[in-house]
Amino acid sequence: MDAFSSFFSSANLQWVLAGSLLLGFASGVIGSFVLLKRQSLISDAMAHAALPGVCIIYILFQVKSVPFLLAGAAVTSLIATQSIQTIVNKSRIKTDAAIGIIISVFFGLGIVLLTYIQQNSSGNQAGLDSFIFGQAASLVRSDVQLIAIGALVLIILTALFFKEFKISIFDPQFAKGIGLPVTFFNGVLLFLVVAVVVIGIQMVGVVLIAALLITPPISARYWTDRLGWMTILAGIFGAIAGVSGAVLSTAFNNLPTGPVIVLSASLIFFISLFLGSKKGLIIKGVKHA
Amino acid sequence: MTYTMWIILTGCLVGLTCGVTGSILVLRKMSMIADAISHTVLLGIVGAFFVTQSLNGVPMLIGAGVVGILTALFVEMLHSSGVQSDAAIGIVFTSLFALGVVLISFIGDQVHLDVQHALMGEIAFVPWDTLSINGVSYGPIAVWMLGAVLIINLLLITLFYKEIKMSTFDAQFATLIGVPVVFIHYLLMTMVSLSTVASFDSVGAILVVAMLIVPGATAYLLTDRFLILLILSGVIGVVSALMGYWFAVSFNVSIAGSMAVATGVLFLVAFLFSPKHGVILRKWRNKIEENVQQSA
Repeated sequence: MDAFSSFFSSANLQWVLAGSLLLGFASGVIGSFVLLKRQSLISDAMAHAALPGVCIIYILFQVKSVPFLLAGAAVTSLIATQSIQTIVNKSRIKTDAAIGIIISVFFGLGIVLLTYIQQNSSGNQAGLDSFIFGQAASLVRSDVQLIAIGALVLIILTALFFKEFKISIFDPQFAKGIGLPVTFFNGVLLFLVVAVVVIGIQMVGVVLIAALLITPPISARYWTDRLGWMTILAGIFGAIAGVSGAVLSTAFNNLPTGPVIVLSASLIFFISLFLGSKKGLIIKGVKHA
Repeated sequence: MTYTMWIILTGCLVGLTCGVTGSILVLRKMSMIADAISHTVLLGIVGAFFVTQSLNGVPMLIGAGVVGILTALFVEMLHSSGVQSDAAIGIVFTSLFALGVVLISFIGDQVHLDVQHALMGEIAFVPWDTLSINGVSYGPIAVWMLGAVLIINLLLITLFYKEIKMSTFDAQFATLIGVPVVFIHYLLMTMVSLSTVASFDSVGAILVVAMLIVPGATAYLLTDRFLILLILSGVIGVVSALMGYWFAVSFNVSIAGSMAVATGVLFLVAFLFSPKHGVILRKWRNKIEENVQQSA
């Protein structure tokens, strides 16, 4: 409990809380659109593919400047997404196998590069490991500020384009008919997903961050049928998961942050599965009886 | 047998076992279920440890088998309650994997089981963990486990060859003529879980996914025949293991990671140059046909 009290008195606290809250909210909101586009597992591939990007930047430039590393992560994530598309379009391999190939090969490459860095650099590489499962406790103030501000920008962007996303996902034909640049908005959405994955990996880690995009929106579906409410609710669920995960893992120092955040999100899902007011199992049972 | 030979043998057995089993999954469009199971068996292994307080082979296999089937069941349940299948897979495996990782951190240092290990395995330690009966050493436990699982899988595939083939290519027809399609489904899930847990200790979760999916997909680009697909996929798995090992030793990097990358390299080669389905040769053929038509 000592760790607990010292955590709550630490100066970083407000920023960690703000960061995990905004990150959770942003990923819940953006994840809602990902879910509707049926791209949940593609986001998992993007997340895993971020690891080699981080390592390549570190090897090439020998810097640990976080924005730089994250830029590398964004590049490899985009390459991974593009590779999945290419494999599906140009060969007889189906989407699920293409995703599996990209996830495992890119992550394998990340591990190879990580071990290369461990063998060949002098000392200060510690920290790159935490990109795998995330470690809120090891974040310095500038990292958390980056997460908080980045997530806030993503939330604002999503709010601005909400209507356009909605139409181009639900009725792309109609959207094209009224002159909406659907391809452009698909691109914007892709950018938002990559961005939220990339700013989140320090806290949640590449292995599990996709859960933050998948689980809160599905939980929200058990409470509402309306897209607007769904995104807001998914955001709130994501924020609760983010904050509780960050707090618990920092308080108990040996717990990795990502898995704890994901478990909180899973708990919310479980509650929604049973109690959800729209599609929950209990309501369904009552209606049936 | 020397130290190096044991490691190479372990890698090849992983490639062979996962390659053969995984190719069926690729055909059945169940690659991501394999990905999910290879993550969730971690929970089975940790669970088996909490029950037996040791890292024994048999309880681990049972724990992993149980969690593997539970994973497939949960995904099926969520999917049939209206959640789209890829999201259902995403929720189930991230939850169970996260639970496994958190439980591992409670185990502490007294046993040789940690997160790093779960992800990358420790193939370099395999030759030291030997099976000894009455003081006589019979080689590494991992090799015995992999060998046993390989034999079980090959037996099951041979026994149910027709059923697996039919339910893979035409599930409706197979159901009609009385093939137990659901049974075959869970049989395959069990085979995947067994292969995963036998490989887990030496190569970790990532390489298992790579070995299950990528050689199968590569073979699928090279052949149209089921039996050849199974064999080819196993061969590609072995070749990837050898290539990966060589690369890892030359550059002093993660063996499991290098093997995963090697599967990717072979896939890329098949993707570009496969005689029938390769991108480049197909383009080339189209051009020749165009020229022939123009000159005709």
